[in-house]
Amino acid sequence: MAFFLEVLIGGLLTGVLYSLVALGFVLIFKASGVFNFAQGAMVLMAGLALVQLFEPTYIGLWHFVGVGALSAAVVGLLVLRTVRGGTFAAAKGDWRIHLPKIVAVGAGLLGGVLALAGGAKGWPLWLAIPAAIAVMVAVAWVVERWVLRPLVNQEGIILFMATLGVTFFIDGFSQTLFGSNVYPLNIGLSKDPMFLLEGVFEGGILVNKLDISGGVIAGVLVAGLAVFFQKTRIGRALRAVADDHAAAQSVGIPLNWIWFIVWSVAGVVALVAAIVWGSKLGIQFSLTFLALKALPVLILGGFTSVPGAIVGGLLIGAGEKVAEVYFPVVTKFLTGTAMPGGVEYWFAYVLALLFLLFRPQGLFGERIIERV
Amino acid sequence: MSAPRTRTIGDTLLTVDRISLSFGGVKALTDVSFDIAKGEVRAIIGPNGAGKSSMLNCINGFYHPQQGSITYKSVKRSQMRPHEAAAQGIARTFQNIALFKGMSTLDNIMTGRNLRMKTGILAQALHFGPARAEEIEHRLAVERIIEFLEIEHIRKTPVGRLPYGLQKRVELGRALAAEPELLLLDEPMAGMNIEEKQDMCRFILDVNDEFGTTICLIEHDMGVVMDISDRVVVLDYGKKIGDGVPDEIKRNQTVIDAYLGVSH
Repeated sequence: MAFFLEVLIGGLLTGVLYSLVALGFVLIFKASGVFNFAQGAMVLMAGLALVQLFEPTYIGLWHFVGVGALSAAVVGLLVLRTVRGGTFAAAKGDWRIHLPKIVAVGAGLLGGVLALAGGAKGWPLWLAIPAAIAVMVAVAWVVERWVLRPLVNQEGIILFMATLGVTFFIDGFSQTLFGSNVYPLNIGLSKDPMFLLEGVFEGGILVNKLDISGGVIAGVLVAGLAVFFQKTRIGRALRAVADDHAAAQSVGIPLNWIWFIVWSVAGVVALVAAIVWGSKLGIQFSLTFLALKALPVLILGGFTSVPGAIVGGLLIGAGEKVAEVYFPVVTKFLTGTAMPGGVEYWFAYVLALLFLLFRPQGLFGERIIERV
Repeated sequence: MSAPRTRTIGDTLLTVDRISLSFGGVKALTDVSFDIAKGEVRAIIGPNGAGKSSMLNCINGFYHPQQGSITYKSVKRSQMRPHEAAAQGIARTFQNIALFKGMSTLDNIMTGRNLRMKTGILAQALHFGPARAEEIEHRLAVERIIEFLEIEHIRKTPVGRLPYGLQKRVELGRALAAEPELLLLDEPMAGMNIEEKQDMCRFILDVNDEFGTTICLIEHDMGVVMDISDRVVVLDYGKKIGDGVPDEIKRNQTVIDAYLGVSH
């Protein structure tokens, strides 16, 4: 029993990480109807950016200047946007139309100078994390401006193909910028094992502390996002944009701004996923394949449901671990010979296939009723 | 119509000046000019493909005409995006209903209030103080609209499940929720039966009377158009072929030819 619980808890905590990646997909799918294949690549980029700013082994001083300038420009623009509240339809020739550019360039220069002064010994964590977020926000802006905006009102499949292109670009470009080795990420999350319920079972249940903190971080993030999307005006605007672009615009929802926000939030989620995964396995190229594991999670949970992404991730994480461990036992019982494992690799996909057959909208997805 | 309607038609609210719009080689609008006065019901009519919807799309910023200008509230505007037009008090409905199908009637109409909500994200998320008061205030406004349009019974129903006529009504509600100065209606009565049409006419006239909202509508039902509009613009093949009060339009030979076809 204790062993089973150990397997189950280990699986659930891996599932939390699947959920984190799936969550990034759901956010973007909800708000733009785009299946963003690049989410895995975004995890890689966020991770590489963070690890290289925190403990640089590949990048030099000029990277810091660049990221410093970028972060300061992003912060400047966001502050400006918050203070001013929405765009004003300034007439051509009014100098205020250039205000964002002025702020961006000014803040960028300031940030660059500060970063230069700070040196390339790596930044403290409290600076490296916001800077990595700024990098992801910049990615969001580039994607919105140069990929999504020109493709507005195109078919879903075309947008999907575009994100495939974005995936390969981000994969390659982030390695160009930040190097392509496996980098250990050590931000102070303890990796020690610990024992639970020692009073109940002999020897207790072995859990990794890192998995626990990963679970807690994910939980906080999910709660925050749920509130953001359910309770705020922006949340309602997001759901509106997902349903109908033209109608959303006609009630005064700025499409481009909403997309920018969602991609930024997905970038932050990618960073959190990178921190947790990276602490466990190191930041490496294989993070980009997390996207493939998130796919069955989404099919289970439903593409538009935040709780679905969580439950789907947990189910798949726990399911595949339990299946992996007990598959040999069960086959031995049934056939007399224990078949080797390897179940972990296909379990999720077979489960997803079954769901597609019997409940295509997933556990929490909206049932689509087509009127004829 | 029952009692004589009392209202004032004021100065010009919007002027369309020599607008031309083309998509590649197709000319959707050629040199069209007209104006809309504050407080009036202005109709745009014409055969299919005459450029009526293109005209509305120019006014609310979905299309940007290659030539000509639009002056709204005495300001000649440069290229404007739809959400900016909305911010300046132009609301609209669509020919093919464009509602948020997964959301309830209430939520759909609430999106119309989006522009008027001011409190910050954080305050809203925590749902305290001013944010709470604001939500309640807007909810009340939405309730008034729901009552006005007589759709109380479908308040919580996802709009994807509603019959066509009711969806049209919800869409009107969402446009009204923004408290627009200029309301653009693209075929508000298409596909409705007589009873539903009468209801819709009543709502449109009530909006015009009670809130003083200026209305510009596209409609194919000539009976309705002649009944409720103050002035009518007629388009054909992207060109304006008539403009005036309904009685003039009825007698205009070019208009009659455009509708009935004429042998050359």
